[in-house]
Amino acid sequence: MATTTPKRAAAALQSGADILVECLVRHGVEVVFAYPGGASMPLHQSLTAYKDQIRTILPRHEQGGGFAAQGYARTTGRPGVCMATSGPGATNLVTCIADAKLDSIPLIAITGQVKTAVIGTDAFQETPIVEVCRGITKHHYLVTDVNDLARVMREAFHIATTGRPGPVLIDVPKDIQLAQIIADYDAPMNLPGYHVEDRKARPEQIAQVAAAIKRSKRPVIYAGGGVVMGDASGELRELAKKTKIPVTMTLMGLGAFPGDHPQSLDMLGMHGSVYANYAVDQADLLLAFGVRFDDRVTGKVSEFAKHGKIVHIDVDPSELNKNKEAHIPIVSDIKYALSELNKIVEAPEDLGPWLAQVAEWKKDNPFRLGECTGETITSQYAIDKLWQLTKDRDTIVTVGVGQHQMWGAQHYRLKEPRTWCSSSGLGTMGFGLPAAMGAKVAHPESLVIDIDGDGSFQMNIQELGTCFCEKIPVKVLLLNNQHLGMVVQWEDRFHAGNRAHTYLGPIDNPEAIGQGCADKPAARFPDFVGIAKGYGAGARYVSKKSELEDALREMIECPGPYVLDVEVPYQEHVLPMIPAGMTVKDLIKE
Amino acid sequence: MRHVLSAVVQNVPGVLAHISGMLASRGYNIDSLAVGETENPDLSRMTFVVVGDDNVLEQVRKQLEKVVTIVKVIDVSSQEHVERDLMLIKVRAPLGRRSEIRELADIFRGRIVDVADEEVIVEISGQERKVESFIDLMRPFGIVELVRTGRIAMVRGKRGGQEPATKSK
Repeated sequence: MATTTPKRAAAALQSGADILVECLVRHGVEVVFAYPGGASMPLHQSLTAYKDQIRTILPRHEQGGGFAAQGYARTTGRPGVCMATSGPGATNLVTCIADAKLDSIPLIAITGQVKTAVIGTDAFQETPIVEVCRGITKHHYLVTDVNDLARVMREAFHIATTGRPGPVLIDVPKDIQLAQIIADYDAPMNLPGYHVEDRKARPEQIAQVAAAIKRSKRPVIYAGGGVVMGDASGELRELAKKTKIPVTMTLMGLGAFPGDHPQSLDMLGMHGSVYANYAVDQADLLLAFGVRFDDRVTGKVSEFAKHGKIVHIDVDPSELNKNKEAHIPIVSDIKYALSELNKIVEAPEDLGPWLAQVAEWKKDNPFRLGECTGETITSQYAIDKLWQLTKDRDTIVTVGVGQHQMWGAQHYRLKEPRTWCSSSGLGTMGFGLPAAMGAKVAHPESLVIDIDGDGSFQMNIQELGTCFCEKIPVKVLLLNNQHLGMVVQWEDRFHAGNRAHTYLGPIDNPEAIGQGCADKPAARFPDFVGIAKGYGAGARYVSKKSELEDALREMIECPGPYVLDVEVPYQEHVLPMIPAGMTVKDLIKE
Repeated sequence: MRHVLSAVVQNVPGVLAHISGMLASRGYNIDSLAVGETENPDLSRMTFVVVGDDNVLEQVRKQLEKVVTIVKVIDVSSQEHVERDLMLIKVRAPLGRRSEIRELADIFRGRIVDVADEEVIVEISGQERKVESFIDLMRPFGIVELVRTGRIAMVRGKRGGQEPATKSK
């Protein structure tokens, strides 16, 4: 550097905050969801300087920002970026980070931290957020030298997006944000222990799978989030087309294969279809692609798919043989493995009897719409109606967590990958609205609908403010049963219907102790239409089936954000159901 | 079953916390953990003694390999290897009994590294069983204090011809 004149050096001096934001630009980031505070103000000042390259959206709660970043990442495959200040700002991101870890979402979480000189002194708004998040990130950094910053950013994006994606946390003390240096944006990464590029199935492994397929008589494909994340939906479809093998999907895998395709068995598992669960149980070959044999899929894992061989392909070696031993375990990028398989695979010789059996199960056990006689709208009915109205347009669906989420998975038959956002592994209530926000920002031309429940919706209802102020016109189909429906269902099934804090209205209402007389609570709480209007959103309340279609159309056509409050009964249960830890033999249909 | 795993890790702050936290949160049973720098100051070595069947070992190993700052993991106990514990033990030793302790220490190839009015400190290194036998022998004297390192281990070098390692067993 001896030859650099002082003048040139001065021109290139940048603050840590500028370097960080410039790194975001260089990594193609177009939007960040960021909530400022004392320890992150320099970052926000820099964001204003880069406002032509990066849109900064102010959520109304850091958790809303984190889930919006996830909605962006889940629907694009590109990393989502959220930012918060130290202390409470950072801890408010913790749930989003844990959520991204369990669902393998590329999330870059940036937090301000107190000055390095006072770290460890219990300074104002100090939390050791890296310590808090060690176990729930793919990787994490506390930057203590501004010279490391550009390299750390590069490593963070590389780690978040390669191999099995996941969240990376970067904690940046305020003095590091303010320090001035000449950044080296080409500093090489220092990751001697991170090698994911060589994860490719070997030809003999592919041949083994092809041979197993050729010999099979009752094969089933079990496709998960890995297929969506790994951009292998096209390869999966080609394989299914070539072999005629039926396809079931996990909650994370929905959209990997078209839900309305005759070969689709829809979702499997606890609230999966009867036909998917029967098929997996009877299969002589289970092709598990980008899945992790989650307990909500397998039930009692020793009984799961025990009649057949299991082929398990995943990019994360630690998933193989973790919950269920595979006969053919393969560590591989799923897109690579499936495209290689497609080159040599041949259809099994005689699938006729098996496909006939599966088709019969499918015909006999469709997902049902519940007790929707007369004018009663059930959640299932409303979702089915929404699907009918939107299936031919470019639509993205997000959900909260609970009954409505399962009904969404069952009745909204997704056609394409990355059109579905569900907090699946962590099961975070309040996910739906902010995720929809992020999805809409990424896909302004798409219709983005949050199918939500009244419990989940209220956990991040404040993001209606963001939707209005930042002009993000998402739609909320609010299936309002005044209860925490999924817990109510378990109370009904396993606790003799004893209501234990599952009614969301005033505690002096008889419903609070399960003694309401009508099939719907008489008084409704809160006034969602009033709240939505207070936030500047369009809103309407419907309780009659005859009004539903018109209301849905109004919601879809409304140019701004919209909340459609639909009154639904709380007595409905999500069916079918395999109780936790049980087997397909214990499947409840009615 | 008992396995000795050896991991080379990046020498950066928080690695130990990360790894011990991961092992604890996944419920793995770690008998011993030793950490120290290697000949390369950028790298440290951690040696773990893990108890569990082959499935547990496979998972521990894969989960360790997933930690970004872990460069590589080897299962030392699956190969010919040398393993050692180091112990310092402070024993009650009134004047008349010091020679007994010294004799035992000699037999175990230990050293007396400190002598005080009523106590001595003995340094012993070796395989776990040897160290434990010495502890048992010291009990009658009265153990005042005891400190042990975790296990450290190293794979034996490759040799031509017959395996000399088989002789030592």
